[in-house]
Amino acid sequence: MNLTLRIWRQAGPDAPGSMTTYQVSGISPDMSFLEMLDTLNEELITRGDQPVAFDHDCREGICGACGMVINGRAHGPERTTTCQLHMRHFKDGDTIDVEPWRAAAFPVVKDLVVDRSAFDRIIGSGGYITAPTGSAPDAHATPVPKDTADTAFEHAECIGCGACVAACPNGSAMLFTSAKVVHLNVLPQGAPERSSRVRNMVAAMDAEGFGGCTNTGECATACPKGIPLPSIAAMNREYLRASLG
Amino acid sequence: MTTATRTARPPSTLLTLWRSTVGKKAVMAVSGLVMLLYLVAHMLGNLKVFFGPDEINGYAHWLRTLGEPFLRYEWFLWIARAGLLAAVAAHGVSAYQLSRRDLAARPSKYVHQRRRASYATRTMRWGGVILALFIVWHILDLTTLTVNPAAEHGHPYQNIVASFGRWYSCVIYIVAMLALGLHIRHGFWSAAQTLGANNARRDRALKLIANGLALMLTVGFLSVPVAVMTGVVK
Ligand code: HEM
Ligand code: SF4
Ligand code: FES
Repeated sequence: MNLTLRIWRQAGPDAPGSMTTYQVSGISPDMSFLEMLDTLNEELITRGDQPVAFDHDCREGICGACGMVINGRAHGPERTTTCQLHMRHFKDGDTIDVEPWRAAAFPVVKDLVVDRSAFDRIIGSGGYITAPTGSAPDAHATPVPKDTADTAFEHAECIGCGACVAACPNGSAMLFTSAKVVHLNVLPQGAPERSSRVRNMVAAMDAEGFGGCTNTGECATACPKGIPLPSIAAMNREYLRASLG
Repeated sequence: MTTATRTARPPSTLLTLWRSTVGKKAVMAVSGLVMLLYLVAHMLGNLKVFFGPDEINGYAHWLRTLGEPFLRYEWFLWIARAGLLAAVAAHGVSAYQLSRRDLAARPSKYVHQRRRASYATRTMRWGGVILALFIVWHILDLTTLTVNPAAEHGHPYQNIVASFGRWYSCVIYIVAMLALGLHIRHGFWSAAQTLGANNARRDRALKLIANGLALMLTVGFLSVPVAVMTGVVK
């Protein structure tokens, strides 16, 4: 496949950026989108140009590092991570636009790399349980009903990729935050800190400069892990209960 | 010893709520639902115009005597007006503050643009501004009668006919009621989401109710100017 790429290039956090056009050829439909970018970068390095900076780690869809907006969609046309997006979803001769996540709370570091540490600070404000650690407890020590375990697991799937924030017209982190709040608040282990968790995590989210929720639903459509929109309602319920109850 | 470890007194619950995005949005949802409830009553009241002048003029008089003798003449009306004013103000202020914040949270646009979300969802802000302007016009037209020269206090039937005798009054009314339908189509479901009443099982039903309410209010309110324009009410 031969492709035209228009990629956001920005030398540093305060440098101006712009879309730069590149041609790549000999792309196999079996390559992942990241392997396609690797091919481009090898060429750029051979030419003596700066390679395109992008984040990646596991390349198997579980670390959440590889965020970029492809043709206006977070992680591109398929509901998956960029590392798991294959070039067969594009056609020979396509022009593909590649941009970094856009949100005030996710400043661009370089090219397609953004600083997502705001998410870490939200997790640090309550996305854990305060429990004595030691050897692993017996699995049946604290019984958890099946549907509760399923709900918790569905929300524990969030990989912190930030696609929800990138897709949201308000740069809101409500879906991400709700995933962690619901995950821990439904479980008996998370119950004792249920109220302080949701209050602190919402406060941290606001302090980072993320926008509010207008229930447009772009986040849930973009989420590669399928965190559902009603999870935001569940977090709102927890927040109002914790604040008024 | 306890006082030594105690940190500065935290701000009150209500202030914390109002300052948070989630709490401010809850204020928007509750004030929106208050207005929605009022609008359902208002629309049903308007339909009395189809039963003749005595019917709706009598109804308007009854609204002023409601609660007597516990309340005095028009007190009920003024209490309702105060409540509505508070709702409009709370709704408008929270909408403005949250919108400012939302725009600041996404300072740079994507180069590759594509259509996002539904029409109703995308028009909440402009639709809200249209509704705010309409509320002002509507009060000047049918409450204070300032912009309705042919009108007389205490005769809503005649005032309605006089107002919709002017084409521009009909246009303003129709545009505003279409905006209202869209606003409620997204707003009702959104309020359920904001107040934590939504979940996976109820999602579809809530969207259906939102569409039903939006359609009912738009059709109900629009039936009056249409009736005057077609001569059914004259
Ligand atoms: C004063 C004029 C008005 C303005 C400026 C206004 C503006 C807004 C805005 C900006 C939103 C948020 C939209 C979003 O989240 O995407 C909203 C939501 C809403 N509005 Fe209004 N609106 C007005 C009048 C009304 C009226 C007359 C009603 C009565 C039915 C209403 C009911 C609602 C409801 C129920 C919501 C949903 C709240 C939520 O999302 O939780 N609004 N409004
Ligand atoms: S909620 Fe979904 S889109 Fe948002 S960070 Fe988690 S996995 Fe990514
Ligand atoms: S590189 Fe880890 S999810 Fe894509």
